[in-house]
Amino acid sequence: MSTIWFMIVAVMVAIYVLLDGFDIGAGAVHLFIARNDAERRTILGAIGPVWDGNEVWLLAAGGTLYFAFPLLYASSFSGFYLPLIIVLWLLMLRGIGIEFRSHIQDGLWTSFFDVIFSIASILLAIFFGAALGNVVRGVPLNAEGYFFEPLWTNFLVGTNNGILDWYTVIMGVVALVTLVVHGSLFLATKTEGDLNARARAVTVALWPVQLFLTIVSLAATLLVRPGILTNFSKWPSGYIIPLVVAGSLVYLLIAERQKNDKGAFLASCGYIVGMLVGAAFALYPVVLPASTDPNLSLTIYNTAAGAHGLSVGFVWWSIGMVLAIGYFVFIYRMFRGKVQVEAGTDGHGY
Amino acid sequence: MDSALLIHRLQFAFTVTYHYLFPQLTMGLAPLIVILKTLAIRTNDETYDKAARFWAKIFGINFAIGVVTGIPMEFQFGTNWSHFSRFAGGVIGQTLAMEGLFSFFLESTFLGLFLYGEKRLSRTMHWFAAFMVFVGSWASGFFIVATDAWMQNPVGYEKAADGSLQLASFWALVLNPWAWLQYAHTMSGAVITGAFVMAAVGALYLLSNQHLEQARIFVRVGVIAGLIFTVVQLFPTGDWSGKMVAQKQPVTLAAMEALFDTRHGAPMVIIGQPNMATQTIDNPIEVPKMLSFLTYRRWNATVHGLNEVPETDWPQNIPLLYYAYHIMVGLGTLFIAVMALAALLLWRGKLYQTRWVLWLLMLMFPLPYVANTAGWMTAEMGRQPWLVYGLMRTEEGFSKLVSAGNGWFTFLGFAGMYTLLSILFLFLVRREIEHGPEPMSVPVQPKSSLNPAGVR
Repeated sequence: MSTIWFMIVAVMVAIYVLLDGFDIGAGAVHLFIARNDAERRTILGAIGPVWDGNEVWLLAAGGTLYFAFPLLYASSFSGFYLPLIIVLWLLMLRGIGIEFRSHIQDGLWTSFFDVIFSIASILLAIFFGAALGNVVRGVPLNAEGYFFEPLWTNFLVGTNNGILDWYTVIMGVVALVTLVVHGSLFLATKTEGDLNARARAVTVALWPVQLFLTIVSLAATLLVRPGILTNFSKWPSGYIIPLVVAGSLVYLLIAERQKNDKGAFLASCGYIVGMLVGAAFALYPVVLPASTDPNLSLTIYNTAAGAHGLSVGFVWWSIGMVLAIGYFVFIYRMFRGKVQVEAGTDGHGY
Repeated sequence: MDSALLIHRLQFAFTVTYHYLFPQLTMGLAPLIVILKTLAIRTNDETYDKAARFWAKIFGINFAIGVVTGIPMEFQFGTNWSHFSRFAGGVIGQTLAMEGLFSFFLESTFLGLFLYGEKRLSRTMHWFAAFMVFVGSWASGFFIVATDAWMQNPVGYEKAADGSLQLASFWALVLNPWAWLQYAHTMSGAVITGAFVMAAVGALYLLSNQHLEQARIFVRVGVIAGLIFTVVQLFPTGDWSGKMVAQKQPVTLAAMEALFDTRHGAPMVIIGQPNMATQTIDNPIEVPKMLSFLTYRRWNATVHGLNEVPETDWPQNIPLLYYAYHIMVGLGTLFIAVMALAALLLWRGKLYQTRWVLWLLMLMFPLPYVANTAGWMTAEMGRQPWLVYGLMRTEEGFSKLVSAGNGWFTFLGFAGMYTLLSILFLFLVRREIEHGPEPMSVPVQPKSSLNPAGVR
């Protein structure tokens, strides 16, 4: 049962990254590819109706993590205290940027919120990447299963960990580039004309960077955690995951050459899912490795909630998920297609 | 008090108090907006649609701030209260995760449709979207209240080998009697806020002679809903809550009333300041035997005083608890009086011309916020020194490795962030109220014959 919940949480996190990833990525690039107010409003119109629904997946994934692995939630949230609270502030600033921008049609007001939205999105992408880096690298857990990390210590990977060190910074940059590509591809599918061309140009220019960083991050991970490939030799079918990552990257380039934005966006989804599932697969059954003593690592077994609670939860979770997917299909059908900016918005539009 | 404990409590108290200023209005407005949409369909009158659209904008702004200030609440269970989460997560993880699955998805989907979809949807479908937003926000309220209720009256759990609590009975958790009584009282309190705010905006427009058609709708809907729910707030929901506290948390009741000694035929203190040094009430004005009667329906019933338990088991801040409770009850009584008067005038057809009552309605809207906040303070401070009543003390629950210094850093950050939010919020709401329910391009033309409030 704990393995099932491990997979459920991993899938929910992956869905969150796919969905909120494109609006974070769109936020990170929108200052660079949108040249005037109408273009910015087009971008916000593309993500406006869906961004808070996307963010709900963070809450739902967090809630499910809390319910299924209370000790993991307690340990990681208190240990990652500083970055998480900073992430909260950034999420707030981003929400403010999106929602309050369009309330006043004034150049100063809108550019202020555009900049806030952009900076918050960029920092969020970096922090999420660094967070994943921390989980892969391991944290200085004590015998009770708790730890606390300052923002940085000496930037070295050791037992005196900070949130940021050379490894997690690399992961942060990987995340930023990945989400910028992902967000630009989403915008390409949602826009026409100049905006579409510029969004596409960003992804083409970043493709070699993304390839380079993927290789660097894999090499760095092997250096930091030499045992990371154990699960792959144990279950060789796991090698399909790096193949998916590589295949997605290749197809992304091919689709872009053919001006197939939807195909390229799906390739980016495949890449992100592959990277995340790869990390989860490599860690399993560990959920938070200890950098101090491997025996102190948190696993799905020593952090899971009681068996009865997990079984009961499986019933209502399935019901809730069917409903949620129903709503999602419904709203994406309502708002599908390219975005047109209506003249004279009445405060409801962007 | 340990300084780290202090800062963790302070930050949670601050962020949750601030957060609840917004959901109480959205949960209160949601059913009122559904009523406006229903009236629009039944009367086929565009005026009600405009009224609903105006409140949808206010709702949207409040909802956005409610969401961004709500995310820290879920996070802080882990960041600041990790020992509590480890201890109780096996049980309350259920209700918290259910909130995510059953209400957040629903709310965010239908709120998008409700706010952005009016042009694309049929009238009935748009009504349905509004109704689902109402269902989602009220479901959300239930799961949160059920979580708090479990901390007040833990049920349906068993102790695991590692000392943590795990779910033993799902239905006991969801059907916790405390949860349903507290839910009724909380939601009724939210509608009171919604009703007062709606009536206040209507009164403002009537007094300043603008948007008169909508203003009358706002005042009428606000006053009728206000009268119903201010009464429900006192009886039966407030009465039930009091009895439940007496039964499950007698120490809390004694502290709320500052009843230091057990008494037969205990009086109810209306005015008076608790004096912790002498354990008496300064300059008391009391209604004799009233507390016994209200709690047990017998004039001479025994009410247990604080003297029956050791001081270490008393709530730490009895004076503040006492004032929070008395402010809540005092304001609640005042609300009934004002709403009854307004409803009477409305019934006699005189409310729109009675300027001093309109002034009263306009100025009173902050008070339900105060009363709701005081109510939550009563519940949460009354539970002290327990985090989970009878099972875990507050000082055992916080994140031991998060130092006071880091706590102050984030607390000050939240304070700054919320100041910014407040400024934006006030600015935007003021703008919407200034715009009013009519589109700006259409000048308001009051029809003087139908417009008694316009006569000065």
